Amino acid sequence: MLRHIAGRLLNLIPMLLGITVVSFVIIQLSPGDFLAEMRLNPIVSQATVDQMRANFGLDQPLHIQYLRWLWNAARLEFGYSFAFQVPVTWLIGSRFLNSLLLGVISFTVAWLVAIPIGIYTARRQYTWVDNTVSLWAYVGISTPTFFSGLFLLYLAFKTGWFPIGGLTSIDYEFLPWWGKLLDKAHHLILPGVVLSILGVAGLMRQMRASLLEVLRQDYVRTARSKGLAERVVVNRHAVRNAINPLITIFGFGLGGLWGGAAILETVMGYPGIGKLLLDATIQKDLYVVMAALVIGSVTLVIGNLIADVMLVVSDPRIRYD
Amino acid sequence: MAREAVGTIEAPKTVDTSARAEIRTPAQLAWRQLRKHRFALAGGAVLVILYLMAIFAEFLAPYSLDFADRNKFFHPPIVPQFYDAQGFSLRPFVHETTLVDPGLRRYEATSGRRHYVRWFVRGEPYRIFGIIPSSVHLFGVDEPGRIFLLGTDQSGRDLFSRILYGSRISLTIGIYASLVTIPIGLIYGGIAGFYGGRVDNVMMRMSEIIIAFPEFYLLLTLSAVLPTAVGCTTRFYLIVLIVSFIGWAGFSRIIRGIVLSLKEQEYVLAAKASGLSDLRIIWRHIIPQTSSFVIVVVTLGIPGAILGESGLSFVGFGVREPCASWGNLLTSASNLPTLSLSPWLMAPGLFIVAAVVAFNLFGDGLRDALDPRHRTG
Repeated sequence: MLRHIAGRLLNLIPMLLGITVVSFVIIQLSPGDFLAEMRLNPIVSQATVDQMRANFGLDQPLHIQYLRWLWNAARLEFGYSFAFQVPVTWLIGSRFLNSLLLGVISFTVAWLVAIPIGIYTARRQYTWVDNTVSLWAYVGISTPTFFSGLFLLYLAFKTGWFPIGGLTSIDYEFLPWWGKLLDKAHHLILPGVVLSILGVAGLMRQMRASLLEVLRQDYVRTARSKGLAERVVVNRHAVRNAINPLITIFGFGLGGLWGGAAILETVMGYPGIGKLLLDATIQKDLYVVMAALVIGSVTLVIGNLIADVMLVVSDPRIRYD
Repeated sequence: MAREAVGTIEAPKTVDTSARAEIRTPAQLAWRQLRKHRFALAGGAVLVILYLMAIFAEFLAPYSLDFADRNKFFHPPIVPQFYDAQGFSLRPFVHETTLVDPGLRRYEATSGRRHYVRWFVRGEPYRIFGIIPSSVHLFGVDEPGRIFLLGTDQSGRDLFSRILYGSRISLTIGIYASLVTIPIGLIYGGIAGFYGGRVDNVMMRMSEIIIAFPEFYLLLTLSAVLPTAVGCTTRFYLIVLIVSFIGWAGFSRIIRGIVLSLKEQEYVLAAKASGLSDLRIIWRHIIPQTSSFVIVVVTLGIPGAILGESGLSFVGFGVREPCASWGNLLTSASNLPTLSLSPWLMAPGLFIVAAVVAFNLFGDGLRDALDPRHRTG
């Protein structure tokens, strides 16, 4: 088991290198840079611009720039943000945790809600309940997060029940610790609901399909024919096997969630890594874009790895070494 | 999947000359299955309607893409009515309105004059399919009356008309992207799966790098690479390229998996034994076997492209003004104070949802229909 994980981690190295190279190339391809704006500014002298170019290493050849960046990134230093004038690591750290928080909450809710619904609908295949739920699940997976986000914001604006965007209120700093917690929770509800709906719809469909597949197996028939209660057959025998394929989906689901969250964050003004990436892309804030791209994909890759490991743990039929 | 399963022959059990053996082609079998799938049929019907709307956008839209009535900004939807203070009329009509409160954007019918909805009216000229000149629009009202079925945006442009024109971009982006992705994916996945071993390993590691990025992150940064000073059409094709650049990797992985299992089949061995070149075996004998997978994967992949494009255009990195796509039409709704006064600006989003739901329903039905394991009788 440990050997398998170690092997997978080793395999990650060329992949991570590839990810950084692709990110770097994309950013270099994009026309103009942050300094272009400064050059047009009459207050900033040419000497200052040159000085900044040298400071950021932009006067070096591309491969040197890349290697420099890589060497620093290996020590978790992702360079300096042009726009914010702070280290990228400093900028991205809290944003990353915010995105992670949102992701973990909606993922947990999605699993807790989707599994029971999936089981329920699979046991009542083609009834009106199943059809209705399935249709709504289709709508759920088909609604872009920016649309559902906008819709909920509109409702929040009309009812005043929920804060409009952001993660904290203006008076956040003056609240006691429990007040801060409540304030954040209050702000997390709307984005959490949007992402959870997406997650529930996707997972519920998978759970239903997976359980239906298992319920057709011979051993389920055997379990039934030896007189086990239907509840036992489903919960003890079928469901436990049906959940396994979902663990693989966990990895992919993470990707969809992460991407869906990116655009939702901009709609809801949520201070996450996706919004940061968008702002940085607009401002041509090179190192921030680079770091956000790399961190986003590394999170995905690690999510997939965790899913793989969980699958090995949960399913004795799968052995890697 | 096997090619020899050309049809099921319902052979009569007893020798009976009057009973005809029924032979069904795979397409017929699939259609028979699809017909039972009510959701899939509904999805297909919605798709037909949406695409017809896109094709005949100029005819169906009362106004052109760029038409703007500056005095009617953020005008609420105008629903043709049959009844007003003057009584009942069989012919639906609208009232002429004027802005009474610019702050709250309240419009009121001041004159009370009726403008009847007319069918097949002469309006702005256009060309059907870009060739045949015409100026007939399905419906319209006499000037100075306006018919804004879904309201207007900040410059007084008719949202309904713009949604119709926008559907041309939103609904075709997935198809164009597939046209790029399919050949690349088939060849790339075909080669990787056919040769296996080290070739496969290297090729798949490369495609995994693309898959490793969160999709939207890659879309966003790639679109920042695009030149900004290009026309709408050029930008559309560039976005198609970006969407395909992200899509080919996942698609070729699926193809590779199928090819990996297909190449063990005896007919491939036979083809090898008869001395065909590798490329010919891949292209002529293995790839055609993947056709039903390709159909399904593409049908289920198009909604992804639609969502990608609309998301990108929504944040301002995709299709840009003055062109319209469902995504960038929704951008004007992203300002909450504006949205709270003009909720009809969310209408383009409903079209996105409808199209994506329809594609997903139809695609799932198609998958069940084409996959013999999912057939129910």
